[in-house]
Amino acid sequence: MSAIIEPGLTTVQAPARSRAGMIRQVITTRKAAAAGLAIIILFIVLALAAPLLAPYSTTAQTCAVFARPSGRHWLGCDDGGIDVLSEIIWGGRISLIIGFAATVISMVLGGGIGILAGYFGRWTDIVLMRITDYLLVIPDLAFAMVIADVWGPSLAHVILVIGILEWAATARIIRAQVMSVKERVYIKRARSIGAGHWRIISRHILPQVGPLLMANTVLTVAVAIYLETALAFLGLEDPTATTWGTILEHAFDRAAVSAGAWWAIIPDGLVITLLIMGCFLLGQAIEDALNPRLRVAHLSIRRWRLRALAGRGPDAI
Amino acid sequence: MRGADYVIKRGGFALLTIFIAISFNFFLFRVLPGNAVSDLARVPHATPQLRHVLTLQFGLDKPKWEQYLIYLRELVHGNMGVSFAYQQPVTSLLLNDLKNTIPMVAIGTLGAIVVGIATGIVSAWRRGSAADHITTNLAVAFYAFPTQFLGLMLLILLGGVLPTSGMDNPYAGVFGTQSGLARLQDIGLHMILPALTLLLTLYGEFALIMRSSMLETLGEDYVLTARAKGLSDRRIISAHVLRNALLPIATIVALSLGWIVAGAILIEFIFTWPGIGWALWNAINQRDYPMLQGGFLILAVSVVLLNFLADLAYFRLDPRITE
Repeated sequence: MSAIIEPGLTTVQAPARSRAGMIRQVITTRKAAAAGLAIIILFIVLALAAPLLAPYSTTAQTCAVFARPSGRHWLGCDDGGIDVLSEIIWGGRISLIIGFAATVISMVLGGGIGILAGYFGRWTDIVLMRITDYLLVIPDLAFAMVIADVWGPSLAHVILVIGILEWAATARIIRAQVMSVKERVYIKRARSIGAGHWRIISRHILPQVGPLLMANTVLTVAVAIYLETALAFLGLEDPTATTWGTILEHAFDRAAVSAGAWWAIIPDGLVITLLIMGCFLLGQAIEDALNPRLRVAHLSIRRWRLRALAGRGPDAI
Repeated sequence: MRGADYVIKRGGFALLTIFIAISFNFFLFRVLPGNAVSDLARVPHATPQLRHVLTLQFGLDKPKWEQYLIYLRELVHGNMGVSFAYQQPVTSLLLNDLKNTIPMVAIGTLGAIVVGIATGIVSAWRRGSAADHITTNLAVAFYAFPTQFLGLMLLILLGGVLPTSGMDNPYAGVFGTQSGLARLQDIGLHMILPALTLLLTLYGEFALIMRSSMLETLGEDYVLTARAKGLSDRRIISAHVLRNALLPIATIVALSLGWIVAGAILIEFIFTWPGIGWALWNAINQRDYPMLQGGFLILAVSVVLLNFLADLAYFRLDPRITE
């Protein structure tokens, strides 16, 4: 073996930046990432401070049915005379809990399965990837509807369903990354000096897939929230809970549209959209920063319209 | 031959996935404990004869593994049991629903592809301009809008002008018969809102993918060559860039099939479009387990088959694939 020169040994690799450093750099250099993070933090703060911020109760009637927005009720009232603003603030709390909890399940499953399949290869890979492929092609909302119905409507079930459904894409991406990382020289060195599987995975592989897992986590939160609101809209969530999804469901169910009560629909839809957008912007920015191919294309495209003139200065082709 | 291996491999994978879906379906509804009524013969208000026939047909008095084999056999013959709610065979009911779903979903999806590609091209071509910022931000926004919210907004905006529920006017045929053309017009009018909602839900993602794919292609050396030859921008894009940039769209459409189904379910629910999503929702509400089981299976199988077709199309489009 020693006669064969490893190609990796001769090439100089750029010093790997630390995981936290990389994420920090993305947030400070990319406007979209910073905006996304700001949106997410805003909603987390709103959710945490819900008892302080919500002006009214979400169970007691405080104004007339479908009352218009006014000085006392900024976003008007819904079909039960309940303040919409309070509902959105409290609903955000539960929607975020569902979104984040489901994402944690997804990331543990997706990250774990991706690492196992990529690292161990062979039959582990074959079996795990068949399950992954199945979940990737199966229509997730239909699947979630069936399971949520069979299990019965409750928040815990919705969390579990979404968590079990949304890990497949992450597992695929992580697996590909692990497969390339595990062939690198420093991993081979670590193995040759006797490091065990666990040590290699936790010390050398996990930090390498960390940022990618991070990007996927953020993107999965968006999917989870989307699925939560969809399931709630179809009436497959605990009917007594107030979430962003059930607010829309109630508005639709109880004819807010024909009553002209746009305030029961639009603000709620917009907060869902805003949160999903925030997750998308942040996740996409991290992913873009991680993809060297995109970076190259990005640079060359910047100069595309000027390329014919290039030939002067440091940008010369 | 280059194609045979690939087709066999993808085809085998599609068949395997369908088999897993079928088995999972059986497992979920008949083996797992839970609310699901595992007894297919419990059709409400059914005559004892029907019950007896169903028990015999699906071997409901036999052990589970034998039921599984019978289930597979009946499925091959297109027998998915009898709907609890309608007391009719599930298969014919669902095929009828599928017939309603397909045109609406096809029009919405094709529209989304066309609009997505067009706006993607514009924003990549005019990169950094106001047109790029507007189209890209709009695409992100529409990508983020929950489908049900988009549907509700269209209801608010256009509910007074266009029909908002069902597939046709139920009273149109009451006084005299309706001509074929008038009926088509009626259905078309009812289809506008659902198809438009689907278009708007999907186009954002296609536009973003198209934009980045165009940008990537614009950086290729042959584009520089084309410029050096003195070709116009328009000609470079249409003759050299577009064809290559379109490749990822084939993949992304295949990958979005799950989203398309999700969108279709929500849209059919909002606009009471009598398709398969509406049937699924009704089945859940009426505890109609055979319909639920069948509807889910049909959706899953269609997505797997369409995925297979997309694989083949991609293979045909991109000669570099040799796997």
